[in-house]
Amino acid sequence: MKGRAWIGSALWYMGAIALALWVLAPIYLIGLLAFSPRMAVYRWPRPLLPLEFSLETMRFFVSATGTLAATRNSVVVALLTMMLSLALGAPAGYALARFLFPGREAMRMGILMTRMFPMAILSIPLAVTFIRIGLYDTPWAVALVHTAMALPFVILITASVFVSIPRDLEEAAMTLGCSPLSAFLRISLPLALPGLAAAALFTFVISWNEVFAAAILTLRQRTLPALVITVLNESPLYFRFAGGFFMVAPALVILLIIRRFLFNLWGITSR
Amino acid sequence: MGKGKAPEWLLPLALLMPAALFLTLFIAIPSVQALWLAFQTPGGSWSLEPFRRMVTDTRFLPALRNTILLIALIIPIQLVMALTMALIAQSRRRGAGFFLYLYAIPLAISELAAGLVWLAIFTERGYLNVILRGLGWIERPIVFLSYERPLGILLAVVVAEVWRATAIVMVTLVAGLQMILGEYWEAAEVFGANLLQKIRYVVLPLLRPSLQAALIIRTLFAFQTFAVVVALGGGVLPVLASEAYTWYVGANNPHVAAAYSLVILALSAVATGFYLYVLRVRPEEMGR
Repeated sequence: MKGRAWIGSALWYMGAIALALWVLAPIYLIGLLAFSPRMAVYRWPRPLLPLEFSLETMRFFVSATGTLAATRNSVVVALLTMMLSLALGAPAGYALARFLFPGREAMRMGILMTRMFPMAILSIPLAVTFIRIGLYDTPWAVALVHTAMALPFVILITASVFVSIPRDLEEAAMTLGCSPLSAFLRISLPLALPGLAAAALFTFVISWNEVFAAAILTLRQRTLPALVITVLNESPLYFRFAGGFFMVAPALVILLIIRRFLFNLWGITSR
Repeated sequence: MGKGKAPEWLLPLALLMPAALFLTLFIAIPSVQALWLAFQTPGGSWSLEPFRRMVTDTRFLPALRNTILLIALIIPIQLVMALTMALIAQSRRRGAGFFLYLYAIPLAISELAAGLVWLAIFTERGYLNVILRGLGWIERPIVFLSYERPLGILLAVVVAEVWRATAIVMVTLVAGLQMILGEYWEAAEVFGANLLQKIRYVVLPLLRPSLQAALIIRTLFAFQTFAVVVALGGGVLPVLASEAYTWYVGANNPHVAAAYSLVILALSAVATGFYLYVLRVRPEEMGR
């Protein structure tokens, strides 16, 4: 019996490590390329270890035409998306979490349904509208569409954040003389803050990563993914790899920050 | 208090209203507009012209076929891998929690970035060829992504998408597994079930709601696959979303692009309905 347990354990670790390598190895390899000299991409064969560290490739990408402006646009769009989604989504999530009212289930179903609409069906008509009203090719245009995409998730996430805070606490504060508003501001909001911050960062990543709408809705005010995809076929390989790494790195850092909330966030949004 | 008090439902409604208005303005109305666009000529008169142009385009059927083929190849693989990862990460061995975070890392990676990451591996002088040579299996690099062999590009897209999006499925399954693994798993153990029996008779039936949610969300996103295909295949491998993009940006024709987006929406609706029906939770099972 003891022998079998040992074999089971060894198999478990082998499987777990193999899957971990499957996840991590490609990230290592793109990082390796991004920090190799430019011409290393064309060398055959090429080492798998970081023997020739160089900033040349990354420097080339960052100083290429449009990269810095596109990075700035990406950050602006993601921040706008984050603020809009939270400002609209947090009250809605709070309402779904705290109140029983007629039409509550219909509202929840409606919000879930909106996720079925593909990006293409939103961005193409909105591009036509935005051209007409002069909003086309601005960070606001992209941020509005990104908010439409992120809002259903943010509502469901914030609803689950507020559900997890016992209502009794607010009620206790009110019996001690707080108004409903100040009970919310002094009790529920501080307790909800970490969860709301995680939801906000999650929204940032969604917007930072989105490419279809951004490429459709911009011409000169490109976001980073929109820039990379539109110049892809004319750009050298080392530009593409540096771009890939440059887009992955900030998202990975954010994921690391919100890792504690990750499973609650995704577990709830996909239910 | 007394007569001046507003009805109780007013506050939640007021809190929900801005979000509901926004979703109407930026999801419901554009969807109706897409319907209009797809049934109009550029001149503005009603017509089936955009659909006719879409269907008669030589890239339409390949795009439809590739999109469905990608889904049929990617999603079963993702399901098996995600379930394996979730079971590993939910076991009580040391380090399980660490592996859970590791497997979730691709959540942060965009479709475009994933395409570029795997381009670094599958390109002619990429790391796959470097490794194959290191093993002594080849002398000259093999061309995996060639204009003449779309199948190679298709398989590369499958690998890249399995790598990137399995984490989404896994995270959804982990949420469902947490509720099952305790008592039910131990009960099956007491009755002497082996691992496969436990998965077949305990985990999979009880996991059905989570499986349903994971499959729906993955399939909806998979119908929109776009950037990874562009990154790995240039324009060689058309899919529905890349055709919508090309018709809008390249041909400057929002009408045909809208027709494509309606096809994506229709397929998404059919797939969602299919999963809801096939994996439905029967009323007599609700009490568990």
